[in-house]
Amino acid sequence: MTRTMSEEQIKNLEKQFEARIARDEKIEPKDWMPEKYRKTHIRQMSQHAHSEVVGMLPEGNWITRAPSLRRKVALLAKIQDEAGHGLYLYSACETLGISRDELYEQLHTGKAKYSSIFNYPTVTWADMGAIGWLVDGAAIINQVPLCSTSFGPYARAMVRVCKEESFHQRQGYEIMLKLTKGAPEQKEMAQDALNRWWWPSLMMFGPPDAESIHTEQSMKWKLKRKTNDELRQQFIDQTVPQADLIGLTIPDPELKWNEETGHYDFGEINWDEFWQVVKGHGPCNKERMNARVGAWEHGEWVRDAAMVYAEKKENRKLNKAV
Amino acid sequence: MKKNWPLWEIFVRSKNGLEHRHFGSLHAADAEMALENARDVYTRRNEGVSIWVVESKHITASNPENNGELFEPAQDKVYRHPTFYDLPDEVKHM
Repeated sequence: MTRTMSEEQIKNLEKQFEARIARDEKIEPKDWMPEKYRKTHIRQMSQHAHSEVVGMLPEGNWITRAPSLRRKVALLAKIQDEAGHGLYLYSACETLGISRDELYEQLHTGKAKYSSIFNYPTVTWADMGAIGWLVDGAAIINQVPLCSTSFGPYARAMVRVCKEESFHQRQGYEIMLKLTKGAPEQKEMAQDALNRWWWPSLMMFGPPDAESIHTEQSMKWKLKRKTNDELRQQFIDQTVPQADLIGLTIPDPELKWNEETGHYDFGEINWDEFWQVVKGHGPCNKERMNARVGAWEHGEWVRDAAMVYAEKKENRKLNKAV
Repeated sequence: MKKNWPLWEIFVRSKNGLEHRHFGSLHAADAEMALENARDVYTRRNEGVSIWVVESKHITASNPENNGELFEPAQDKVYRHPTFYDLPDEVKHM
């Protein structure tokens, strides 16, 4: 009897909860929420945080070889931003009652995913340009709608992230622009980077709508405002003219402006490749995880030493007081 | 040994004349490190002129479940607002 009552109560609470979100009210960490809401948010926010943190690795590869001091300080600042974005998002995630250690554990054991784009190698300097322009460009399109998502801490973190992200894309596009104005080899390098990053960037928006399992629920909770395919189309429409402007060619022979729809038509995306990389068989999956786990393990003695030092200082203060 | 860095809440005053506002949280071994990390995480673009850090466990928060008894009594006390009082139009600046 009591059990039926409580199930009914939960249903009731869920109804009120969905109504609050529909009214554009924000949900804060201590508010009642359905277990599925909590789990989905932990999953999405932590994936997002992990992506920021792992995203530092492909770019870190070029810090010491940036072609000028101007490029180097910009790249360093961008990577530092990504560390910051990871931190905002981990903190937001922790408000739902999961610890930072558990989150790291999920990343390091492969239980949690991160954006597959970071499993591709950065083989030339032009890749720094392509990543800023395309990967950050795609990320911005994915992230802007999240500034008004239903979970307060996530929305607040995203406002900060989006504010900081626009310099990332501009610095990337500027790198490409400079290369296309340089020697033929430099222009070729820029084109080669575009060739390699274009399709993986399109995959960043996730599987086609027909195959996307989370879309409907995520729309309801405002974790998504537009579908994967809509966002992908928006990215293509905005990026093609940018490529034209600097004389680069999008590596898609089927790409064509469609007068009727007002959008670009584009070729088939290789979803087999996408799923292969998601499942861990991308060119750099192992390398990225080894670097990440290595950094965590090699840093352990520093974290421990800092804790011991903090305790020693605290004790000294207490002893003085006595 | 396994002891995690505690969580700290970060409050930043964006400029003099304004109050400190909650910016977010971070982990640090002690208050000094929390301040240093807060500077790097939350004020990379001149967002602040002053930082407060408070260990999260020292914050006592109200429970949203009690929102009714805590906040609803204020709703029917219209006499706490200036518009409750009827004054002649001739009275200016009051």
